[in-house]
Amino acid sequence: MRELAFAAGLKRAWSYLREVTGDDAYERYLEHHREAHPGEAPLSRDRFFRERQDRKWSRISRCC
Amino acid sequence: MSASLMPKTILAKLTWAGIALLGASAIGGIALHRGESINAIWFVFAAICTYLIAFRFYSAWICAKVLVLDETRATPAERFNNGRDFIPTNKWVVFGHHFAAIAGPGPLIGPTLAMQFGYLPGTIWILVGAVLGGCVQDMVIMFCSTRRDGRSLGQMARDELGPIGGWAAMIGTMMIMIILIAVLGLVIVKAMAHDPWATATVVGTIPVAMLIGLYMRGIRPGRVLEGTAIGIVLLLVCVVGGHWVDQNEALRHAFDWDARQAAWFVMIYGFAAAALPVWLLLAPRDYLSTFLKLGVVFMLAAAILVLMPEVKMPAMTEFARTGMGPIFKGDLFPFVFITIACGAISGFHALVSSGTTPKLLANEREIRMIGYGSMALESFVAIMAVIAATVLDPGVYFAINVDFGKGAEETAAMISSWGPQYQVTVEQMKALAVEMGLPSLFARTGGAPSLAVGMASIFHSTFGGEGELLKFWYHFAIMFEVLFILTTLDAGTRVGRFMLQDLGKHAWKPFGDVSSYPMTVLASFIFVSAWGYFLWQGVTDPKGGIRFLWPLFGISNQLLAGIALTVATGIIIKMGKLRFAWVTGLPLTWLAVICTTAAVQKVFSPNPEMGFWSGANALAAKIAEGAIPAEKIAETWSQVIALRIDAALALFFAIVLWVVIFDMLRMTLRLRAGKPVLPLSESGYVKSDPRLLAGTHA
Repeated sequence: MRELAFAAGLKRAWSYLREVTGDDAYERYLEHHREAHPGEAPLSRDRFFRERQDRKWSRISRCC
Repeated sequence: MSASLMPKTILAKLTWAGIALLGASAIGGIALHRGESINAIWFVFAAICTYLIAFRFYSAWICAKVLVLDETRATPAERFNNGRDFIPTNKWVVFGHHFAAIAGPGPLIGPTLAMQFGYLPGTIWILVGAVLGGCVQDMVIMFCSTRRDGRSLGQMARDELGPIGGWAAMIGTMMIMIILIAVLGLVIVKAMAHDPWATATVVGTIPVAMLIGLYMRGIRPGRVLEGTAIGIVLLLVCVVGGHWVDQNEALRHAFDWDARQAAWFVMIYGFAAAALPVWLLLAPRDYLSTFLKLGVVFMLAAAILVLMPEVKMPAMTEFARTGMGPIFKGDLFPFVFITIACGAISGFHALVSSGTTPKLLANEREIRMIGYGSMALESFVAIMAVIAATVLDPGVYFAINVDFGKGAEETAAMISSWGPQYQVTVEQMKALAVEMGLPSLFARTGGAPSLAVGMASIFHSTFGGEGELLKFWYHFAIMFEVLFILTTLDAGTRVGRFMLQDLGKHAWKPFGDVSSYPMTVLASFIFVSAWGYFLWQGVTDPKGGIRFLWPLFGISNQLLAGIALTVATGIIIKMGKLRFAWVTGLPLTWLAVICTTAAVQKVFSPNPEMGFWSGANALAAKIAEGAIPAEKIAETWSQVIALRIDAALALFFAIVLWVVIFDMLRMTLRLRAGKPVLPLSESGYVKSDPRLLAGTHA
């Protein structure tokens, strides 16, 4: 049981790390897109990532 | 509300009483202690207990009574969910994003400089300023923006106060960015000058960032973790490579830059980062520096807890009484509050708390943890900077941070003459410099090198290793500081460029076209020249430049906080909560007083070491007397002009703040007299649908 809980904890930590860094942002986008706009073609991974970066760095996202 | 205002069970009551007691004794201990040294662990206890108590009681009270957070109300992220910028996100993920965005180099540098007054004034201000000022500002602004579809501070100022408030916020933001980037650039320059190892390491991080940029763009698009992991390894290679450069006669010479060469490097870098596509340099470097930043901050906290170092700085130095501090001139009041902006209260946070973070909040109740909690954590970073600066021998701390414009012997003698605690010798400094792997540690002003010496000593003592390893810790610490200063610098230059284009299009329409490459280059060039001007003034100042640029930065940051708090107070009053307006009104009053006092003193002080205007006049008189050598006359004249511009700016900041405050007071009076005012721009109530948010709560 303890090993199982430990493995689950590790898995949670990993998925937190992926989400907080934006590593899984595209997968999350695809999921949203499937639900919100079924039948429409989603952006490609490359295009999604590029737009995301442009948006992030066009506003104040780092402080002093 | 999820949390009740008072603890219910006996056990909870006893626990909170215990935390209060421990915090009070720790604060009492550091305040009343008058011995040789005091253990740093008391600072940690004092800080953590203060944050816990303030978070548990004060923030809960504000959320319940003043803001009245409503967890049934849909947030902008829920209402406008588009899977891109409006995304309901897990609370701890938003916390991570928000903390990474607000935590910059400010809370490390400001407290380091303010230690010239002794450890006590700065520590008390960091704690009190954060829990009553900074955390409140961040949380209330985040609330206001969340209730307004995630609008920015500037838009809220315009909507709630009117065009005067809107313009003030816009110009205030742009000015603070110029001064901020200049002073941070100066900090980097001071850390790199005549340290070939540090310079080579920093230069090396640029191709590393570009390589990672290419990897994440072309080879493995969007694989952030992979790219970052490779990048971090390459950064460590840069630190080792820097040492190798330092060992090689020819290469060492090539990277042995003086302050002016380093300043040119910083300006060219800033221009390139703003004009190149973001994926190539800016974005990948930010991933690396964010990881490094969070990693090092947690490592430092762990090291302090394990090592429990002794703080050697006196509680109060005589400079707290005389106002004649060697790092910067000025009395304890108001300058400790100006020097430590970030870490206690930072107006810049209002720009992230509005606009960016509210678009991710899944539920209003999370505003408390993310707004108030993140700032408490940033304040704790400032406390760690206090510890890292004060574990050094006071004599060593001053020898690194002071530039008398004199030789080593004379500097050491002057510092030693202040009293028995301040003894420092040239041999001692030489030995320390050899240990840290650089030619000299005298007059390495700006705060970064002394912080790096403090951090390197703490890391080295905690994690062990051979004596040689200390050099690597020092240069690792320098790389860490420089990297995330560069993040603020290049991100700030890029956003500053957009703001400039937005302003400039009113004068010349094509200038506002952000997709035009010539305009991008032109606007970047203008913005870099603006901060480059102040950076150059700092670099050519014979006494190091930090002494006047840092106070100017502090004033501008507190001005922005003043504008944010004015907007927040106006909104609270319009919500019909005049009796609670003191929650933001009190910190606002305090900021208005310190900002105005500091600006007036910096402009009008008759002491040329202190006042911008008298300083300019003293230099002009020297030129007239013929006391300046012929080849230095042109440069001295530009110093005279720069000091006059500094004076005008400080005065301008104070005036802008009062204009906004009066605008808010005028609105309050109209409201009380029953006259029409701009209506609350809050968006209407939409009920939250918990099914839509499944999976985002933790």
